[in-house]
Amino acid sequence: MAEPMGFYTDTTVCIGCKACEVACKEWNQLPSTNGGKNTLSGDSYDNTRALDGIHWRHVKFVEQFTDDRKDGRWLLMSDVCKHCVQAACLEVCPTGAIIRTEFDTVVIQSDACNGCRDCISACPFGVIEINPASGTAQKCTLCYDRLQAGMEPACSKACPTQSIQFGTIRELKERAQKRVAQLHQMGEKRAYLYGADDKFLGGLNSFYLLVDKPEVYRLPANPQMPTRNLKLGSWFSVLGAVLVGLMGMISFRNRGAEERP
Amino acid sequence: MNTVPPSDTFFSASPEWGWLVALYFFVGGLAGGSYFIAMFIDLFGRPADRALARIGYYISFPCIVLSGILLTLDLKRPERFWHMLIESNTFRPMFKYWSPMSIGSWALTIFGLFSLIKFLSALSEDGKINWPQANRWRPPHPLGTTLAVVGGLLGFYVAGYTGVLLAVTNRPIWSDTPLLGMLFIVSAASISASLILLLAERSRLTMPGVRALHQMDGWVVLLELIILIALMISLGPVFRAWLNLWGVLLFLVIVLGLLVPLALFWRRDLLGARNLIGTAALVLLGGFLLRVVIVFSAQGV
Repeated sequence: MAEPMGFYTDTTVCIGCKACEVACKEWNQLPSTNGGKNTLSGDSYDNTRALDGIHWRHVKFVEQFTDDRKDGRWLLMSDVCKHCVQAACLEVCPTGAIIRTEFDTVVIQSDACNGCRDCISACPFGVIEINPASGTAQKCTLCYDRLQAGMEPACSKACPTQSIQFGTIRELKERAQKRVAQLHQMGEKRAYLYGADDKFLGGLNSFYLLVDKPEVYRLPANPQMPTRNLKLGSWFSVLGAVLVGLMGMISFRNRGAEERP
Repeated sequence: MNTVPPSDTFFSASPEWGWLVALYFFVGGLAGGSYFIAMFIDLFGRPADRALARIGYYISFPCIVLSGILLTLDLKRPERFWHMLIESNTFRPMFKYWSPMSIGSWALTIFGLFSLIKFLSALSEDGKINWPQANRWRPPHPLGTTLAVVGGLLGFYVAGYTGVLLAVTNRPIWSDTPLLGMLFIVSAASISASLILLLAERSRLTMPGVRALHQMDGWVVLLELIILIALMISLGPVFRAWLNLWGVLLFLVIVLGLLVPLALFWRRDLLGARNLIGTAALVLLGGFLLRVVIVFSAQGV
């Protein structure tokens, strides 16, 4: 296997230009929303709204302003599939359509997916949706086709500020840690890395430098694997079956006692 | 979003499982539940109760067929339904023991076969088809006992795995409690017992097992109420997700589908001759609405 590859996104240098969204759509030939007749969301400059089957990159605009709007800031973040080291979608997929590639990325094989949507509910980040054109679940492939040809993904190639950086996870982590140290030195003490370590999901192959709580960026603070409930849920179900069985036996046995002379 | 949601599950997306899935949860519950209740009657009932067991098997098979149809129709690519069982790239069996949907697909298929055999056996016993060998498919013949027990266990699985499947996601409510599978199994027992009783009443069958099954249904509904309350408590702060119209519907489920039937179980004179029918109809309605609330409320968050 090749060395794990991924994205490091430094949200502090994102300017919200959406070049990543455009490059992604263009390279992956993703259809436009509603046949190109999109409407304004009214949510800052974000008319993409969310990641889904036809938006594999999404620039989030978080406005943080005081009530009198004299002071404030925008937090901008180009969101994408996290290519989790322990991927919830891959874990639950019942058809084997979701695979881990030789680059340690997670890819949905559209020809194998049957659109059951189990992966959609499993992903803790809300990344996956159905692409209406194919009727299958789709998301960022980290440009698997480009990677196989030795090219970098379209979004990071297009990013004009190097907010999205592509490379081996090892290199990206080194780069990100240096950047956090630099920001701390400059007085931005809130800077930290989200998903760069293995505190959750074994680590994210697309990790972020953030300057506020994850929830502010609409990211879960502690995303978990869906199978966390499997054992306990199964045991409770067995208990339910045993209790129903006991009630059945008692009801039919009591009847026997009542009916005997 | 500057407010912190009550659970990390609030960042996931809705799979948009709609009416087909809600209906499948109900019909699949009836398929599994009717089989395992029929199994009880097969194993512990009297010869005079056999007609009651046959009703269970008559319900189970059509319901499992309908389940398969509903699930296939719900796929965005229905023609690829077989990908659940066979890996499309390699044509090897597709099986993930840790994925409830994967095991569930196999369980539905295998349970369908058991259900078909017992359905044919019931038809033969009723003289509707001439198949003398079908005697072996009923207890006390060892083959019949095996079919009843293994099929009954599969029925339990089919009735309950849907709840575990919902728990093995990252959606609010579904994955914030481990009790959904237990609730679905117990609810499957209550709705199935109710439907068997309803059909027995309609056919004017007066075998002695009716009373025992009615009593069992009462206890199971009480257990269902206890589990539902435990489930609501186990949600903790996520329970707030039900403080809306879905919560109102859930309240109706508790009152009309559980509390009123319980009152009717204990005070059998309340509705007179219609007591059994009224109780069974309310339990069935409550069981369906319970699934509607659980399926839809978690996706509207």
